[in-house]
Amino acid sequence: MAKELWKGNEAVAEAAIKAGCRFFFGYPITPQNEIPEYMAMKMPQIDGCFLQAESEVAAINMVYGAAGAGARVMTSSSSPGISLKQEGITYIAGAELPCVIVNMVRGGPGLGSIQPAQSDYFQACKGGGHGDYRLIVLAPASVQEAVDLVQEAFDIADQYRNPVMILGDGMMGQMMEPVEFKEVKKRSLPEKTWATVGTKGKRKPNVVNSLYIDAADCHNHNVDLFKKYAEIEKNEVRVDTYNVENAEIVFVAYGTTARIVKNAINSLAKEGIKAGLIRPVTLWPYPYKAIEEAAEKASVKAFMSVEMSMGQMVEDVKLGANGKKPVYFYGKAGGAFPTPKGIAEEAKKILGGAK
Amino acid sequence: MFNDKRLRIITGHYGSGKTEFAVNYAFGLAEAGKKTAIVDLDIVNPYFRSREKEPLLTEKGIRVISSSIKGISGDLPALSPEIYSVLQDTSYEVVLDVGGDKVGARALGRYHEYFDREPYDMFFVVNANRHQTNTVDGAISYLRSIEDSSMQKVTALVNNTHLCGNTTLEDIMKGQKLCEDVSTVLGLPIKYVVAEKRFVDLLPKGLHGEVLPINIYMKKPWED
Repeated sequence: MAKELWKGNEAVAEAAIKAGCRFFFGYPITPQNEIPEYMAMKMPQIDGCFLQAESEVAAINMVYGAAGAGARVMTSSSSPGISLKQEGITYIAGAELPCVIVNMVRGGPGLGSIQPAQSDYFQACKGGGHGDYRLIVLAPASVQEAVDLVQEAFDIADQYRNPVMILGDGMMGQMMEPVEFKEVKKRSLPEKTWATVGTKGKRKPNVVNSLYIDAADCHNHNVDLFKKYAEIEKNEVRVDTYNVENAEIVFVAYGTTARIVKNAINSLAKEGIKAGLIRPVTLWPYPYKAIEEAAEKASVKAFMSVEMSMGQMVEDVKLGANGKKPVYFYGKAGGAFPTPKGIAEEAKKILGGAK
Repeated sequence: MFNDKRLRIITGHYGSGKTEFAVNYAFGLAEAGKKTAIVDLDIVNPYFRSREKEPLLTEKGIRVISSSIKGISGDLPALSPEIYSVLQDTSYEVVLDVGGDKVGARALGRYHEYFDREPYDMFFVVNANRHQTNTVDGAISYLRSIEDSSMQKVTALVNNTHLCGNTTLEDIMKGQKLCEDVSTVLGLPIKYVVAEKRFVDLLPKGLHGEVLPINIYMKKPWED
C-alpha cells in the first residue's frame, strides 16, 4: 500500500480498527479528540460500536465490560481524563482483562495546558491506580510507529490478559506524517475461555472479578499477577538505540522527544562531540539492561534523561545505570518542548565538568 | 498571482495543508505591497494553526486576527470581534484560514452576510494523500460538507498534494489528476498548484492553475 498522510490521532484509531477493535468508549478531551471523532465516523460503517460515555469513569467501565466479554476494545483520553479512568484501569488489571488505552499526554498537573507533555510517565508506569499492578506501556516516536504498535498492542493485551497503554503526547496526536498500514505479524493467541459470553447451559458461568474476600486468596492472586509480569519483563522489552557505540554522553528519551534529541546529537557531532541515544519503546517493561550495558562502556561518561516533564523517567535511568555512571536530567514541562540547542548546551556543560 | 477576490476563504480537509497555503499566500500578498490581513478561523485544531506564525507575519506587516483570548494555545471557540473590521474595511486584502472540516467551517457561517454582500473566492485545498479526499467522490463529498456548514460556495480548487517532507513530483501530479477530475465534474477551475520550491522547475508546463512555490513554515519541533 502506498503512503498516505495521516494525523496521529486518526491513524491510531484506524490502526485499532485494522487490529479488529470493534468497541470504542470515550469522552472528548483535547488533544486527542480526533480519535473518538474518527471512531464515531467509522464504527457505524463496520458494524462496530462507538459510544460517547457521560464521563471518563463511565467510558473505562464500559471498556471493562466489553473486555470481560472478550471483545477487542479501546478507549482514549488525555492526561486529566486518564486520571479519571484510573479506578477502572486498576479493576481491569486486577480482573486480568485485555484492552488498549491511549493517552495523548498534555501539560499538567491539574487542567494544565493542551500542549504536548510527558508528565504522565509515573502514572502510566508506576501504577496510577491503587494496588500492585502493571500496565504494558508502549511509547511510539512517529505516527508510523504508533500505527504499528497499536495494532500489536491488541495482540499483546490478549496474550497476557493485561491492559496495554499507548503513551503518546499531544504532538503525536496532532501531527501529520506519512503512514503505511502494513500487514502486522499476528501472534498466536490463547482462546478466551474466560470470557463472559453465555454458558449455553454447557458449563459453569465465567466470572470476571477483582474482588478476593479472603486475604490469602488475594495474596495468591497478586503472586500470580507478578509471575505474569515477570514473563512480560522477560519477553517484551523493546528499545531503539542510535550512535551509542563510542558515545561520551548517552541521552535517554522516548516518544517525540527522542526525535528532538537526535537533532541535538547531530549538532553535537558537528562539534566533534560523540553523543548517543537510548530510546525505550516499552516504558514498562523498561529496558534497564540497555542502560546498564551502556553504563559499562568505557567511553560513556554520563547519561542525560531528556523529557517533557520535570524528570520522571530519569528515575528508571538511574536504576539502570545503578551508580556506575552519573545520570543528569534536562526537560521542559507544562507543554513546552526542549530544543536541540538547549539539549546540546546542557550536554556540553556536563561533559565540560561545569556541573 | 494572488489576483483573486479581496476576501479569500481557505478551506479543506485538515492535513491538506490549508494553513501552509494560507500563510504562504498572505506572505505573497504582503510582498506584492498589499495591505494584508490573515484571519485564523480555526477553532477545531489545537495545534499547527496560522496564529502560531503571528510574530513572523506581523514582521512582514501582515495583520493577524485570531482568538479574542490571549495566547496561541487555547482551544476555545472564541472568535475576535476584530474579524469584522477587515471584512468591512475594503482597503484590506483578506485571507481567511478556516478549520479543517465541516465542524470547523461552521465558524464561517456567522459571517455569511458579508459574503452575500461582496464577491469572494473560496478555495478548496486538496491533498490526494489524505484518506477522505483521495478519490473524486471523497473530495466532492468533503467539499460539499464544507459548503453546507459554512453556507458558502467553493469557487476554485487548489492542488496541494504532499507527504510532508517526503513529497515527490509524482505526488503533486497525482493530486493534479485528481483535481482535474474533480474540476471536470464540478465545473470549478484549478486556481493554484502548490509546490515546495525544489519542485517548481520539474513541473510540466501548461498545468491547469498557477504554480505557487511555497516555503514550509508549519514545522514540527525537530524540523527547525
